[in-house]
Amino acid sequence: MIEISDVSKSYGRTAVLRGCTAAVKRGEVVVVCGPSGSGKSTLIKCVNGLVPFDSGAIRVDGVSVGDKATDLPALRARIGMVFQNFELYPHMTALQNVSLAQIHVLKRSRTEADTKSRQLLARVGLADKLASRPDQLSGGQQQRVSIARALAMDPQAMLFDEPTSALDPEMVNEVLEVMQALALDGMTMMVVTHEMGFAQRVADRVLFMDGGEILEDTPKAAFFAHPSTDRARQFLAKVLSH
Amino acid sequence: MNYRWNWEILLQEPYWSWIWSGLEWTLLISLSSWCVALVVGTLFGIARTASNRAVRAAADIYVGLFRNVPPLVQLFLWYSVFPEVLPEALGLWVKRDMPSPQFVTAAVAIGLFMAARVAEQVRAGIGAVGLRLLPAALATGLRPWQAYRLILLPLGLRAITKPLTSEFLITVKMSSIALTIGVLELTAESRHIENYTFQGFEAFGVATLIYLLLGLGVTGVMSLVDRYFGGDKLRRGDR
Repeated sequence: MIEISDVSKSYGRTAVLRGCTAAVKRGEVVVVCGPSGSGKSTLIKCVNGLVPFDSGAIRVDGVSVGDKATDLPALRARIGMVFQNFELYPHMTALQNVSLAQIHVLKRSRTEADTKSRQLLARVGLADKLASRPDQLSGGQQQRVSIARALAMDPQAMLFDEPTSALDPEMVNEVLEVMQALALDGMTMMVVTHEMGFAQRVADRVLFMDGGEILEDTPKAAFFAHPSTDRARQFLAKVLSH
Repeated sequence: MNYRWNWEILLQEPYWSWIWSGLEWTLLISLSSWCVALVVGTLFGIARTASNRAVRAAADIYVGLFRNVPPLVQLFLWYSVFPEVLPEALGLWVKRDMPSPQFVTAAVAIGLFMAARVAEQVRAGIGAVGLRLLPAALATGLRPWQAYRLILLPLGLRAITKPLTSEFLITVKMSSIALTIGVLELTAESRHIENYTFQGFEAFGVATLIYLLLGLGVTGVMSLVDRYFGGDKLRRGDR
């Protein structure tokens, strides 16, 4: 579904990605972890072309992301993305946030889009918040709206960029539960997160990144039981100790 | 002071009609140059936030040029020099044959000057509240122009209704420079009355009052617009 081969990128002289190679198969959940500044977010943003990369190739469902001839908006419409800071449209209600791209990208009628949006908002537990604007919602609720907004496009894969990092601790679980349900439904997911509990419960494989490199690409059980690199061991010791 | 006040004279003909017609021209120039400023300014404001370097540079040049040359000089350039550099027939049409050449020239010149200022506000508004949302909008598959039309611009404009009010007020006052190329707007008509009656204090007093009322009217309308679109709420709620 997602194939990343030998992708490198640098900002000026700083290399942020060095020869990254990885793949996410259809229906698989892959968690990307690593210390801050390791390039995880950059890598995931390369997948839907939000961040251009310098060399290598990324193919999503057979379509080359870096190719100039690729219709990126059309490709992005098929990949949902959830951001760390929710990034909801503050001048629109929850319902309008979820309906907007359905109407303008998928050309659904407003009624059709709103029906779909209502179903999705109910699915993430927000059936009673349709008319609320983002500033009337808690962080956890906003993040669930943004998941609904991504799902509204009937995506073939979902990218999550630290979806719980900006949340108060008591709201983390409500978002993780929605993501877990999504994984159980068979959604292809690539998740950048520090939530190792989520990785242990839901992930098929874990990618560990440091210094712009993918140091480990291991099945979940193996990664947590005996990581093969020292840096991954140190990282796990730090994040699992509390 | 040995001045003989005579306010009644303003109610007499033809002076009353002069003031009235001056007010009409002032309104006409203000509104048409404000339309030019809003449309052109919004386009260049958007261009200044574009990711394409050439587009951004072109907009920077426009703003730099039109914001830094005195508006009065710009007006003279448009009125006296511009028709001369055009092909002869077209130049003649601009100078003489198009409908109300002085009015059109003034509206365009003031509009293009104000557009540079509006562009700067629009750029700031989009940068302050909208640009952060561009990746999220693009990630849903919206094309860049759709993201601007549906999200960045509506948010950016809401953020700047207050400074845009000031720009609108400047446009109204700026309309008075049209008198230098012969448009008989409010200030010109006041001077006209002074020349005929020597009652300049009254004439300019009334003009001042009218400008003041126009300004208050613009401020009132703009705050209604702001409230209707929820700009104040959005500015308070912005993280």
